Amino acid sequence: MSGSVEQKNKRLVRNLVIVVVAMFGFGYALVPLYDVFCDITGLNGKTNTEAVEETHYKIDTTRNVTIEFITSLNESAPMQFRAESAKLKIHPGEYYTVNFFAQNLTDKKMLAQAIPSITPGLAAEYFIKTECFCFNEQTFAANEAKTMPVRFVVDPKLPEKYKTITLAYTFFDNTEKSVNK
Amino acid sequence: MSAVVAEHDEHHDHGPAKGLLRWVVTTNHKDIGTLYLVFALAMFFVGGTMALIIRAELFEPGLQFVEPQFFNSMTTMHALVMVFGAVMPAFVGLANWMIPMMIGAPDMALPRMNNMSFWMLVAGVLLLASTLFMEGGAPAAGWTLYPPLVLQTGAALPFAIFSVHLLGISSIMGAINIIATILNMRAPAMTLMKMPLFVWTWLITGFLLIAIMPVFAGAVTMLLTDRFFGTSFFDAAGGGDPVLYQHIFWFFGHPEVYVMILPTFGVASTIIPVFARKPLFGYSSMVYATASIAFLSFIVWAHHMFTVGMPMAGELYFMYATMLIAIPTGVKVFNWTATMWKGAMTFETPMLFSIAFVVLFTMGGFTGLMMAVAPSDFQYHDTYFIVAHFHYTLVPASIFILMAAGYYWLPKWTGHMYDEKIGRLHFWLSAISVNVLFFPQHFLGLAGMPRRIPDYAVQFADWNMVSSIGAFIFGFSQLLFVYVVIKTINGGTGEKVTDEVWEDAAKHGLEWTLPSPPPYHTFTTPPATVPTEHF
Repeated sequence: MSGSVEQKNKRLVRNLVIVVVAMFGFGYALVPLYDVFCDITGLNGKTNTEAVEETHYKIDTTRNVTIEFITSLNESAPMQFRAESAKLKIHPGEYYTVNFFAQNLTDKKMLAQAIPSITPGLAAEYFIKTECFCFNEQTFAANEAKTMPVRFVVDPKLPEKYKTITLAYTFFDNTEKSVNK
Repeated sequence: MSAVVAEHDEHHDHGPAKGLLRWVVTTNHKDIGTLYLVFALAMFFVGGTMALIIRAELFEPGLQFVEPQFFNSMTTMHALVMVFGAVMPAFVGLANWMIPMMIGAPDMALPRMNNMSFWMLVAGVLLLASTLFMEGGAPAAGWTLYPPLVLQTGAALPFAIFSVHLLGISSIMGAINIIATILNMRAPAMTLMKMPLFVWTWLITGFLLIAIMPVFAGAVTMLLTDRFFGTSFFDAAGGGDPVLYQHIFWFFGHPEVYVMILPTFGVASTIIPVFARKPLFGYSSMVYATASIAFLSFIVWAHHMFTVGMPMAGELYFMYATMLIAIPTGVKVFNWTATMWKGAMTFETPMLFSIAFVVLFTMGGFTGLMMAVAPSDFQYHDTYFIVAHFHYTLVPASIFILMAAGYYWLPKWTGHMYDEKIGRLHFWLSAISVNVLFFPQHFLGLAGMPRRIPDYAVQFADWNMVSSIGAFIFGFSQLLFVYVVIKTINGGTGEKVTDEVWEDAAKHGLEWTLPSPPPYHTFTTPPATVPTEHF
């Protein structure tokens, strides 16, 4: 009798430990799952982080979309960062280039990464960048100022309800992290 | 066969070991239960002291006593100590003491692991407490440990994370032990649907714990590697996303709040029928409601993050799913009320705390429903309204029921009657002051006072002062409980308690068929019959 309870306990504990290990793994699995989920649903405003080949779209001159540009610095990174204009009226299907200016305010070499984000999130899949300084980590020499173009197009399939799209860039000072690599 | 059993019994029929070492090496479920309960009570006062530091600082606008950084450490540590050091261990302690006696088992299924999980808890809490003395102070980013803010913690960060690991392992081991005890150690007559509800709620809580604690351990490990090993789980610069942490955290965090409330429901469902002198109304619906709440708790987490920038579809889904929880919870409140309906009620201290729980928990539930409405949550989010809400569901709910459990089972544990007069005084002081403490926080929140701030606009001064006065009365009233416990252990009122203690209690639970106090080893042979009053 008591032997069989011990066996039952052993079996049960083994199964429960498997659940515990599986749930620990599940916590980690949530990381790629989250990216896949955001990718499929387009939630979260993540936009392409690698260059897209320039393809031809039919330009829709019948409507205008306002593109707003926001620039910010993470943890007061020692930089200056702005867009050449705060907003731009565009036609879907046409390619545009906007210049961004960034300067390293320190006397040392700096490595910085810009992270883009689109609002509203669901419009992100229609906003396509063919050239962007955010595709790679940027290297700034001491006090170097750079002019960096962003070339983009808005897919004419963009639903009518989106009249304004906001593109936000945040520059992260990665010098320490990248040097340690 | 019977000769073997007799010999086996004789071999084990000895009392506890002598001396202090008994408490270190014990594998007896009653000893470990006592350890857990005493430790939880001590931590309740540690966490309470932190709360009083917070309320003292907030007594008046302006900075009075502490630095803002230390204030933030206090809000963070108060929450961590209360959740992981007080409420959870207290329920594990009750489970240790009561579950074997309620299901007719001689001990927990895994007594050695039981000892280990208690001492790991102590180590975890000590490690957490040690961060108070470290360079940069204790964690101050809130108990949710959101990055990127939490990554600015000083030397304390890795210690806080390892402490979470230890606490997690401890509660996982506790949960495995409880599940194994309930599933494998029941007296043959005790079928699943004859188990007392405290046992049922703990069985379900045990499964919640083993499902969520590993996820939390994973999340804090990601914080650790982000900070020290160059990973970018939550670092946007490296392609990560801080919002991801919130999702993982609340996947753990929402079931975690039910870890604290489900055993509360179980104790309430145990006490109310005894003092209403009626069977529990709707036993099986209680079981199913508990299981439904546990299931729903896994699919509503993002209601903690309505303002994070979710699309409409997400907001709506999490809003409706959250509101769904009101249904099984409503079933429970209805059942408790129906149990009391036309019952021959008496109002001893355990019953008083239980009735206050039903009323005040319902209020906490209603404010929860208000915040489940996504558009209105934008107003309530991160204000004192949420502080009022979760304190109503934890203090006059979990804490009150823990007090009720203390008064209810103390005579059984000690063999002495507690002082009913002081018990009632403790109840009335607590019940009034807890409302003076938390009710005004609803007004403060609706008026826009943010949580986790050491200073505030003068318009919030009056209600903060009222709230602080309530806090100090509530805090010091709890010392009465300590007095009652110590007095009861040392002989109480001198009144001889029967095995049943409460009138007809033996109809409600197996523990009341044992002597008061129960011998060191109980149910070495399983009882032949089990009470069926709760049907």
